[in-house]
Amino acid sequence: MTVVGYDGSFTGLFTAVFEIYEYKISDSNITRDIVANSSLFGNTHIVTTDETKASRVYKKLQSVISAKTFKQLYDVYLSEIKDIDNVLFRYMQYALQSKFVIENDYSNADVLMIQQTSRKVHREKHRMEAFVRFKLTKDNLYYATIQPDYNVLPLICKHFKERYADQRWLIYDVQRKYGLYYDLQKVEEVKLDFSEAATTTNIFSEEEDIYQELWQVYFSNVNIKARKNLKLHIQHVPKRYWRYLVEKQV
Amino acid sequence: MNTDRIKEKLSILADAAKYDVSCASSGSDRKNNNKGIGNASNGICHAYTEDGRCVSLLKILLTNHCIYDCAYCVSRKSNDVKRVAFTVQEAVDLTINFYRRNYIEGLFLSSGIFSNADYTMERLVLVAKKLRTEHKFNGYIHLKTIPGASDDLIKEAGLWADRLSINVEMPTEKSLALLAPDKKREDMLRPMQFLKDAIIKHTEEKKIFSKVPMFAPAGQSTQIVIGATPETDLEILYLANGFYKKFNMRRVYYSGYVPISNDNRLPAIGTPVPMIRENRLYQADWLIRFYGFPVQEIVNKDNPLLDTDIDPKLSWALRNLHLFPVDINKADYKLIMRVPGIGIQSAQKICAARKFRLLSSMHLKKLGIAYNRAKYFIESAGEFEKKDWQAYQLKSIIVAEANSKYKSNFSPQLNLF
Repeated sequence: MTVVGYDGSFTGLFTAVFEIYEYKISDSNITRDIVANSSLFGNTHIVTTDETKASRVYKKLQSVISAKTFKQLYDVYLSEIKDIDNVLFRYMQYALQSKFVIENDYSNADVLMIQQTSRKVHREKHRMEAFVRFKLTKDNLYYATIQPDYNVLPLICKHFKERYADQRWLIYDVQRKYGLYYDLQKVEEVKLDFSEAATTTNIFSEEEDIYQELWQVYFSNVNIKARKNLKLHIQHVPKRYWRYLVEKQV
Repeated sequence: MNTDRIKEKLSILADAAKYDVSCASSGSDRKNNNKGIGNASNGICHAYTEDGRCVSLLKILLTNHCIYDCAYCVSRKSNDVKRVAFTVQEAVDLTINFYRRNYIEGLFLSSGIFSNADYTMERLVLVAKKLRTEHKFNGYIHLKTIPGASDDLIKEAGLWADRLSINVEMPTEKSLALLAPDKKREDMLRPMQFLKDAIIKHTEEKKIFSKVPMFAPAGQSTQIVIGATPETDLEILYLANGFYKKFNMRRVYYSGYVPISNDNRLPAIGTPVPMIRENRLYQADWLIRFYGFPVQEIVNKDNPLLDTDIDPKLSWALRNLHLFPVDINKADYKLIMRVPGIGIQSAQKICAARKFRLLSSMHLKKLGIAYNRAKYFIESAGEFEKKDWQAYQLKSIIVAEANSKYKSNFSPQLNLF
């Protein structure tokens, strides 16, 4: 068993795939965390991310799978699920070896896993597009914090950029400690130091409280009590999201 | 801004609007091309109320003043409730500020009828126009068409709104005459026909001139109240089917009647909402629209009521056992889709995956079909739960296995006779 460590980037993953072929590593275990996964007796191979190597794998792969499936591989990579890199590798291996297009071979465990994981990531992306709650700050910035199950910020960027084209906004992933900032022209990745900011309440504009209250009033009045069904409610909005939702803060 | 006053209005006018169950924000393709705010091409549910319904749009009445006295409506003239009205500007401000915070996909604006139909419709149109022109708002707008409003106003509404709807509410003319004596069925059907024609005309023009302004890109919808009057599922589904066919309706909504009055023409306050029946009607509606079932296969003279204990697809299968088992590895996609326990996506997956190898029960379980239900209706790689079950035996086996999670929550209503 050879542990193959890479830097966690998408290009890094593809470089790792390239090098597994290049060095003919037969029994590999790809990991983003080399410290936790190196074994005492096995070999270790450290990958240095390399555009050229990665793009050779991209190109080859794109000739055997559709653009849509290739996009799914990126979504799956963002899931950060344990061992997912090895599933991705086996999938690519299968796609490259096979004489026919394998992306619909759902009775193959890896193909099914990729399809199912990409749906999970897509669902989380959709949830974030729904559950982001902007708060307006005094300097006219619409600010929101999120804590998604998967690293979906790169996937929701386009949606928010297109939708809120005329307002400055910042969406921050508190768990992965980075955010997206839109300055009316372009979106940038940002890192914030949270030592003091955001914990103080007075950064928000005066009308912010009013609209939050109005939203809560609205939310409680559209509910039909005779139809109460909390089980269904929680199924749609699992409790882990509640702390970020204005309407659940009453 | 007088916050308390707005809060009061919002609570009254949201409360009065909530019995309109439509919440869809999909089906449009409005883009944010003018560097304004919003787009309407997604269909996102931003919140869910404790009754489990999606909140996608800010759904409000402009006013709950009304000249009509429809027995089933909270805003009826004779009901002793506080009457308020939003100004056009207030409705616009709420929409924009909620939208900017990502609370909503857009606005669903309805209204009680004050003074007359045209006066009311004009106000609704004005809100939509202001949003589109003054605020460059490209989010979703759903406007109610007021029965009896003039064609010109309906046409203008179509220019600003994504979807228009007019609710028939009562499944038959007889029920309408009984509960809403001031309203005429004709006044509801005429605007539907008008809108259908206008949308078709617009599509034709668009083929010739690419720059024709949008006209109700998300089409029209309607709502039928169920459980307030004694119509059968047969009557309701045939009516809905007619709406889909005749008026190109995008959606027909079924709203289980929530008792709100002591009027003896209606179920008393405290009567449970017919939620299971409502659910079965939606399932039947889906079978008609997406699964290719003609309506008469689901309900007909011999079976005018949908079963409440099993879903309509299973009912259909049990009535047609001679068509089963279906061979998963060979049968046509359309037939696989009809197997209880297999949905559209699973059917697609099965048809894609079987090209690679023969599918066995093991594969099917992993694909995510409801195998415990489907197994009685399919044959895969030589395997088949072959027993000479009679329909009623099979039904009791499946019902016992499934043990609906809703059973304790709701009681059925109006299926006792």
